[in-house]
Order: sequence, then C-alpha cells, then structure tokens
Amino acid sequence: MLKFPIYLDYSATTPVDPRVAEKMIPWLTEQFGNPASRSHAFGWDAEKAVEDARGQVAALVNADPKEIIWTSGATESNNLAIKGAAHFYKGKGKHVITLKTEHKAVLDTVRELEREGFEATYLDVQENGLVDLEAFKAALRPDTIVVSVMFVNNEIGVVQPIAELGEICREKGIVFHVDAAQATGKVDIDLNKLKVDLMSFSAHKTYGPKGVGALYVRRKPRVRLEAQMHGGGHERGLRSGTLAPHQIVGMGEAFRLAREEMASENERVRALRDKLLKGLTDIEATYVNGDLEHRVPHNLNISFAYVEGESLIMAIKDIAVSSGSACTSASLEPSYVLRALGRNDELAHSSIRFTIGRFSTEEEIDYTIDLLHKKIGKLRELSPLWEMVNEGIDLDTVQWAAH
Amino acid sequence: MFAPAYLDWNATTPLDPAVREAMLPWLGGSGEAVRFGNPSSRHDYGRQARAAIDEARSKVAAAVGAHYTEVVFTSGGSEANNLFVKGAAASTRAGLVAVSAIEHPCVREPAKQLRRSGWAMREIVVDGEGRIDAEDWRATLEARPALVSVMLANNETGVIQDVAALAQQARAAGAWFHTDAVQAVGKIAVDFRALGVNALTLSAHKLGGPLGAGALVVDKRVELAPLIAGGGQERGLRSGTENVAAIVGFGVACELAGARRDSEALRLAGLRDRIEAGLKRQGVRIFGAGAPRLPNTSFFAVDGIDGETLVGKLDRAGFACASGSACSSANPKPSHTLLAMGVIPEVARGAIRVSLGRDSRDEDVERFVATFGQIVTELKKLAAIAV
Repeated sequence: MLKFPIYLDYSATTPVDPRVAEKMIPWLTEQFGNPASRSHAFGWDAEKAVEDARGQVAALVNADPKEIIWTSGATESNNLAIKGAAHFYKGKGKHVITLKTEHKAVLDTVRELEREGFEATYLDVQENGLVDLEAFKAALRPDTIVVSVMFVNNEIGVVQPIAELGEICREKGIVFHVDAAQATGKVDIDLNKLKVDLMSFSAHKTYGPKGVGALYVRRKPRVRLEAQMHGGGHERGLRSGTLAPHQIVGMGEAFRLAREEMASENERVRALRDKLLKGLTDIEATYVNGDLEHRVPHNLNISFAYVEGESLIMAIKDIAVSSGSACTSASLEPSYVLRALGRNDELAHSSIRFTIGRFSTEEEIDYTIDLLHKKIGKLRELSPLWEMVNEGIDLDTVQWAAH
Repeated sequence: MFAPAYLDWNATTPLDPAVREAMLPWLGGSGEAVRFGNPSSRHDYGRQARAAIDEARSKVAAAVGAHYTEVVFTSGGSEANNLFVKGAAASTRAGLVAVSAIEHPCVREPAKQLRRSGWAMREIVVDGEGRIDAEDWRATLEARPALVSVMLANNETGVIQDVAALAQQARAAGAWFHTDAVQAVGKIAVDFRALGVNALTLSAHKLGGPLGAGALVVDKRVELAPLIAGGGQERGLRSGTENVAAIVGFGVACELAGARRDSEALRLAGLRDRIEAGLKRQGVRIFGAGAPRLPNTSFFAVDGIDGETLVGKLDRAGFACASGSACSSANPKPSHTLLAMGVIPEVARGAIRVSLGRDSRDEDVERFVATFGQIVTELKKLAAIAV
C-alpha cells in the first residue's frame, strides 16, 4: 500500500527511526534529570547518557569523544565553527574561502564575517558541481585562515574531494571546516585519516530528532574556537546551555544505526536511485544536475526542459519533493546551486530534487516514474515552446517581442 | 524503598504526560500518524510541521500575554538570553550594559563579552534580601545604560523583582529592558505588556516542557542581530531547522502551566511554608525570606554545615535537591547570588535549594523535614566531636 504523498525529500529531513524513538522515550518520561545537576542520581544518569551518545557520534566518524561538542543542529555548528575559528585566529589573517554552492548556514555566516571586516572568496564550482583543486589552490592567500567546504551537497548530492582539500589546508596551516550534515550515514568519514579540523553534524538528516547536532573540534593538532554562546560553561565552555538528553540520546542511537547499516542501506538506496534515474532520463530533454560518479546514492536532481517549474511542482503533488533546497524554497528564486553549475534560469527553475532514504520502497519509485512520465507529457502538450522545439525551431535564434 | 523524591524543579522539570503525548507523533514514536516534515518544505509534510509551530507560537505568546509575532523560538533559555544581550548590542552604538549582580551566567557572561567590543558593563547591586538596591539602581540609570537586564525571579532564592517598575524607569531613561523570566513563567502571572519590558526570555523545560526549546519574546522596536545565521528561520533572527517536537511540547506545556498556575501556586506555597517552618526549628537561615518569592522555592543554610555534604546525605536518603543552581554545580564555588546578597562565603557554601513542582506531595515534605532534622543533628554531633 502506497502512502500519499510519497516522501522523496530525505535531504530536507528524515523521519525519526522507530528504534531511535524507542531510545528517546525513557528520557521523556521517568528519566528527566539535568545533566549538569551534580547532586542527585537524576543528573548523573542524564550525564552518563549524554556521554554514551557522544561516544556513538564519535564512533561513526572515527573521532575521540572528547572532540565532539553538542549543539542545537548543523546550522549552529556551522556558525560556531566558522565564526569561532575566524574570531580566534583573526590575528593571523582575515581571509576566508568557501564555495558558491554551500548551504545558507555557511554562506550567511561568511557574509556576516565580511561585515565584520573579514574578506571572503566564494569559489565557483565546475559544471559537475565539484570544486576544482587547482582553482582552490589559486584562491589561497597568505592571510587565509579558514576554509569551509561541504562534504555532500544538499541539492545535488555531489561529494567534494575532502581528503585532498584537507591535505592542502593542513600544509598551509589553514583551519579546514567541513559541513557534513548531508554526509553521515551516506559516505565513510574517517577523521583519523582526513585532515579536517572542524566538522558539523546534524541528527535530523540521519533519522535522528530535530534540534540537535554536533561539532567535531580536532584535538591533535589542536584547533581553538571562540565560543558564540556564553553562560554556564557547558561543553567545556564552547557552548553554554542545558543539554537535552532525549535529543542527544536520539542522535547517538541514530549515528550508531548509521554506522551499522550504512553499507547495506547504501546498496539498497543506490538500486532505487538507479532505477529512478533510468526511468526519468527516458523522458526526452532531461538533464541530471551534478556529477553522477562522485555523488551519494540517495540523490537525484533533474531538470526537465520546456516545463514550467511551479506547474510541475503542482502537477506532482502525489510525491513530496523539493525544487531547490527546503531552506530557500519559500522563495521563487531559481536555485543558486544549479546556477553555480552554469544552468540557465529556465532549467534551474524546472529542476526537481528527489532524495531517497531508509523507508523508500521500489513501489514508490515505480509510481514516481510513472507519474513523471504522465505529467511531463501533459505539461509539454500545453507548452508552445515544446511545440516549437518539435517543429525544429532553435529557440536561441528566436527574437522575442518585448511586452 | 522510596523512589527518590525530586525536589529540584528549578533545575529542570519532568515532562508533563500530556506534553509527551503531543510530542510523540513528531518523534516517530508509538504508532500514531508519524509526522516529521521540515517546516520550510512546501509539501504536505512541511506544511503540517509549519502549522504545528504556528499553533505552538500562539500558545507560548498567550502564556505571557504577547502577540505571536513577537515570539522567537530558540534552543533554550541560554540562547534566548544570549540573543537579546549580544543581538541588541550588535545593533546599537557601544554604550553601557547593566545587569543585576544575581543574573544567571547566560546573561552575565554575554554582557561581560560586550566589553571586548567597546561596551562598559555594570552589575547592579542587590540588597540583603536579593532585591535590586534602590540607591544603586538610581545611580545605574544616571549612567544612562543602553541595555538593562534584570531577572524576574531568581533561580536560587526565588526572589521576585519589581520588574514593571524597573522596566518603566529604565525605558524612561532610554534603555532597552530585558527580563529573564525562565523561573517565573508557570509559577506566577507574567504579562509582557503589564511588565512593560522590551524583551523576555522563556524556557520550556522549566515549566513541564522538554529540554531543547526556549523563546525570546521581543518587542519589534528592538533591533536585533541574529546569533545564528543561515536559512532565515524565525524572521531571520534564528536560523536552523526548527525543533518541531520540542516546540510543540513547549506550546502544550505553556497552556497547561497557565491553566493550573493559580491553584498550584497556592498548594506549593503551602508545602514550602511547611518545609520552612520545619527548617526554622533546626536553626536554619532562609535566604530572601523577607522579599516576595516564587511559591515553590526555598534556599537556606545551616550554620557550620557544608551544603555539598548535606545534599549528598539527602540524596542517599532519597531526596534530590541542589546546592545552588545546576549550571554552576560543576564548580564548588559558593553561590554568586548569595555573595551578591552579602552572605559570607562560609555560610553561602552551606546553602541548599529545595524547589517544588507538580508532583510534590505532602508526604515528601513531611519526610524531608524529618530526615533533614536527623541528618543535621548527626552532622552537628560529628562537628562537635571534631572540635
């Protein structure tokens, strides 16, 4: 039985895995201590649960639990990492590098640094969405102090060459931050090998609850940060505020499951994605956005030419997908990520992001393929542009009358 | 064996069962229609999440007599306090920030941080009962502060400040006035308009809601810079995917706390008074007893007996209480609230806080008074032998 709308928006957020929920519920009932309470068992139990979860998060990425700082989510982690490092190391320089295709949580943070007097380079990516390492090296300056590059892009799912970027940054003594919100449970992350100094994590993209995330802060060689939230001195002074054990326990369990099940889940998801890819590229004039090889198996982002984006979204209400990322989808601006790949506004507008996950089924994928075939066909029937193309007119040569 | 009696409701409160029920669908639990959308998504899943947040926002606003558009959700009280202090400062020319000497660290520390960007910081003196000292308050206003923050009710003593009067005077002197009301909401009537403050902080887990949600209620005339940049959620004042489950729980908790506030206040004040009557027989000193206080809170010390020792013994006897606030309980320094009230460190170090709540019962109170008496007698005997 299909449940409508079919959820194919796992990169916006994931449902909490029932096994995660089960671990959280005791912390919403009889176990309710404040982990900072040192005078009674309610507090001690909460503190132990928090530390166990810290170990589970660290284990997924092969880090030391002492390197994990709890936050309210990846957005806060990104803010803390980038502002915290830039403020701490501002004596060494004032230049920050990031990519044009980063999440808003990174881009807006870097813009804020610019307003404070830092200088920033927003690097272009190649047509396939990947950073060009030579262009990256060329952008480095003697006063570059922080580089922020995401592991996996939220819109097109491409995997950036984090290992190579890490080598370059470490050699130059530049703090390297990686937003891994979309990467956990999808790609192997070994912080013992990767030369990454700071890494942001989110629970709700990996079948954990919303409202909790973490920041990895490397101890060897040690990276320093200026705290962005002050108060009781929780999280070794880097992030004050009472910890929420139910959320933290949920993130720990979600990351434990990710570690255990990633290999088999990726295989299953990849088969579904490949089926969807084949089924949709059967439609004429469709373009896959982003590199297909360096990409997580969960993501498919396709532009359907000669179809108007808004009408497409309205026509496929049976499936829950997004055009552009959820965080910016309130606006009708075409996705800045797709524009950075060099897609024109029309193609960027008529793009759909399908993201597949743990609870996706083959039946859902079949339905989706069928639906898209029907609806794209219908929309194109109504499209004068499509008619012109079929008549062999090259649209680029048409002189459009001004209104 | 008794289950330990929880007497530390000012540190955090157990979740109200009705709050949990409201949250569970958002946590994927218990077989109900699972809800999980990202509120920024435009499909049904997202719109359901958005609607749930809107509903919670109205409930939180109603709890403090504010308009729902004045509510900015945060990850908790600490973040909301940071947001006001740093956010308002970032939008104002550097000047004077004045906070009371008994504020929670998440107000005092951000205020101290402002010194680094050219601000002066002043701590407003309190009197022996923990109220704002009238003379120092006048001097503070003469110094023309740009930002003032005074908590509505103190987390340790429970002492309530006359925030309506303070806010009126501070605003007349040209300041933006903020009050940290996390300990007050749900225990006494709190009305944003009647208090006349520009901003007010709430926390869900202090009033029967979950950890992980709080709010800054803020008058739109106050220009705030966000602490956390990104997707532009919460009118751009707080980016990051909303913690839907916790926000839903926060809304329900506000509703419940409001509905039973008056009857609970009477009941808890009765229990508290019985504890204090019992304590006085043990020669205990109660802090802030001469000032208006929250109905559920008692903060006291026994001369010559260390608070940590006493709290440890009480824990083993089945009572969870605190020697001061949880946030600073990792360090054994005496309570800064008591020091600010002029209590000498030796006495302050012995302080114990009992804070009551929804599940506190007559039996707990009777058992507590009896056990406390035994422990104190025993400790005093030991002390006498040691001398």
